Amino acid sequence: MKTPKETAHAQTKHVDVAIIGGGPAGLAAAIQLYQNGIHNIIIIEREKQLGGILRQCIHDGFGLTRFSEMLSGPEYAQAFIDQVETLGVPYLVNASVVHFSPEKHLTVVTPSGLQTWDAKAVILTTGCRERTRGALGIPGDRPVGVFTAGVAQAYINLYNRMPAKEVVILGSGDIGLIMARRLTLEGAHVQAIFEIQPYPNGLPRNIQQCANDYHIPLYLNHTVTQIHGRNRLTGVTVSQVDKDRQPIAGTDKFYPCDTLILSVGLIPENELSREAGVALDPRTNGPVVNEFYQTSLDGVFVSGNVLQVHDLVDYVSLEAERMAGNVTAYLHKGALPESSIRIVAKNSIGYTVPQRISGQSDFLLSLRVSRPLTDCRISVCQDGKEIAFRKLKKAIPAQLIQLTVSTDKLSSGHDLEVSAHEN
Amino acid sequence: MKTELTCIICPNSCQLEIESEQTADGLPLIQNVCGAFCPKGVEYARQEILSPCRTISTSIAILHGELPLASVRLTNPIPKDRIFDAIAEIKSYVLEAPVSAGTILISQILGYNSDVIITKTVPRKSSN
Repeated sequence: MKTPKETAHAQTKHVDVAIIGGGPAGLAAAIQLYQNGIHNIIIIEREKQLGGILRQCIHDGFGLTRFSEMLSGPEYAQAFIDQVETLGVPYLVNASVVHFSPEKHLTVVTPSGLQTWDAKAVILTTGCRERTRGALGIPGDRPVGVFTAGVAQAYINLYNRMPAKEVVILGSGDIGLIMARRLTLEGAHVQAIFEIQPYPNGLPRNIQQCANDYHIPLYLNHTVTQIHGRNRLTGVTVSQVDKDRQPIAGTDKFYPCDTLILSVGLIPENELSREAGVALDPRTNGPVVNEFYQTSLDGVFVSGNVLQVHDLVDYVSLEAERMAGNVTAYLHKGALPESSIRIVAKNSIGYTVPQRISGQSDFLLSLRVSRPLTDCRISVCQDGKEIAFRKLKKAIPAQLIQLTVSTDKLSSGHDLEVSAHEN
Repeated sequence: MKTELTCIICPNSCQLEIESEQTADGLPLIQNVCGAFCPKGVEYARQEILSPCRTISTSIAILHGELPLASVRLTNPIPKDRIFDAIAEIKSYVLEAPVSAGTILISQILGYNSDVIITKTVPRKSSN
C-alpha cells in the first residue's frame, strides 16, 4: 500500500504558472498570460465560482476606467470569466491551496481529493479579508448582530438574508458606506457611522452617495467602546476620542441597535505567503515586491488586494496585467533583473509599492499618504535630486495615488525616497 | 450663489464649486463650475443643481435557481427622490430561473429614461 505522500507525488501535475485565487486579479492575470502565449497554466479558486468578492458587490461604479461604462461587480467579473471560458483557460473551483512551498510546490484540497501541483511560477492573487471585532478588541458582551460589512453584504446580496433592522456602523471604509446605503434600501434604519480617525476612511464620493444622500450622519473622532446584549445585540456605547484615539471620559452615549456593522479596514490575505517565507511589508501587510511584482521568493508574484488594498477593481485588473507581462518575461528568460534599489517612504507617505526596483525599467509607483494633505507635491528623490513628482490639490489616505517613474533620471544605485509636502 | 459638491462619477471624487444665480422663473442658472478634472464633473454639477439623479442597484428573488437572487441595476440615473419608489417596483418582481445578465427586467422604470437590467446570470437548479 502506498502512503498518502507517495500517492500525492504520483499525481503531481506540472504547469508553467499556478494562479492562486480566481478573483479580479487572478482572472486578469490568467487572460493576459494566455494572450502572451503562456497556455500551460491553472487558476485555483476555493469558492464555487470564479469572480471573487465582485459577486457580492452588486452596486455600480466598476469598469469606468477599464470599459468606459458603469458596471456592477457581477458584470465586471463576468466580462473576465467569459474571456476565460472563450480562451479555454484551465481552472479549478472548490479547490483550496493548503500548502505552498518556496519550491513552488502546491498542495490543493478538492472535492475529488488531494492534488499536488508543481509550477515554474506562482501568482498569488488571494485578495484580502476584513478586520474583525477581535482585532479591535472592543469590550463587552458577545451577542449575535456584530458583522463585518462584507459579511452583511454577502447575507443580503448572495444569500437573501436580511441581518438587520436598527444599525450602527463603526468605521467609514468604502464597504461600510456602501452597506449603509444597501441596508437603508432594504428597509433597515442606519442611525450613524462612527469613525475613530479625524478624517473619513472611504472615498468622498461614497460619503456623498451612500451616507449624505440618505441623511446618515458620519461622526469623526468617535468609536464604539462597549457592546451590549445577551443573545442579540441590544446596543452599543459610543465615545468621542482624543488625539491619541483614547476615549474621552463623560462623552459616552448609548445607541440602541440590533446590528453593528464593522468597516474598519482590510488586511491582505497572506497566510500562504507567510508559510512559504515570502517577506512581508508591515505597512501594506502584503508582500514586499519589486517593479516586476516579484516577491522575495524567485518566481513568486503577487498583484491585487493581496499586495495592496485598492480603491477600484479597474486598477486591480491593470496591476495584474502588468504583473502577467513580467511573469511572461520571467518564464522566457528564467530570471528577472536583481532589484537592489530600495524605495523608502518618508514624510507623510504611508507606504509605496513596489518597495524595491532594479533601476532598469520605468515603473508605476503606487502609494498612499498617511494623512490628508492639500496642495501637495509628491516627490521621488535620489541622492537629494527629484526624479519624479506629482502635484495634487488634495491627497487623502482613502485614495490610492499612482505615478510613473522613468528610470533614465536615476544617477546611482542608491535608495529612492518618496515624500509629500504641502505648499 | 456658491455651492460646493463632491462629484460621485469616479473615485477622484472631485470637489466642485458651482456659481449659479436664480433666474426670474425660479430656476438656477449655472455660471461657472470649478474643480472638475473632466467634463463629466461639469455635467454632474449641472444635473445636481437642477435635479439630483442617482442610479441604484438591488436584487430580485429567483425561483428554482442555483442562487436565490439575481442582482439588477438601473441603466441611467433617475431623480433621487424616486429611488425608494423604484426599489418598491423592482421588489414586486420574482422570476423563474434561468435568468441572464443583460436582460431588461423593467423598461423605462417609473416612466424615466432608465431601464432595470439583470446583472447576474442565474442558471436553473438541476433537479437531482
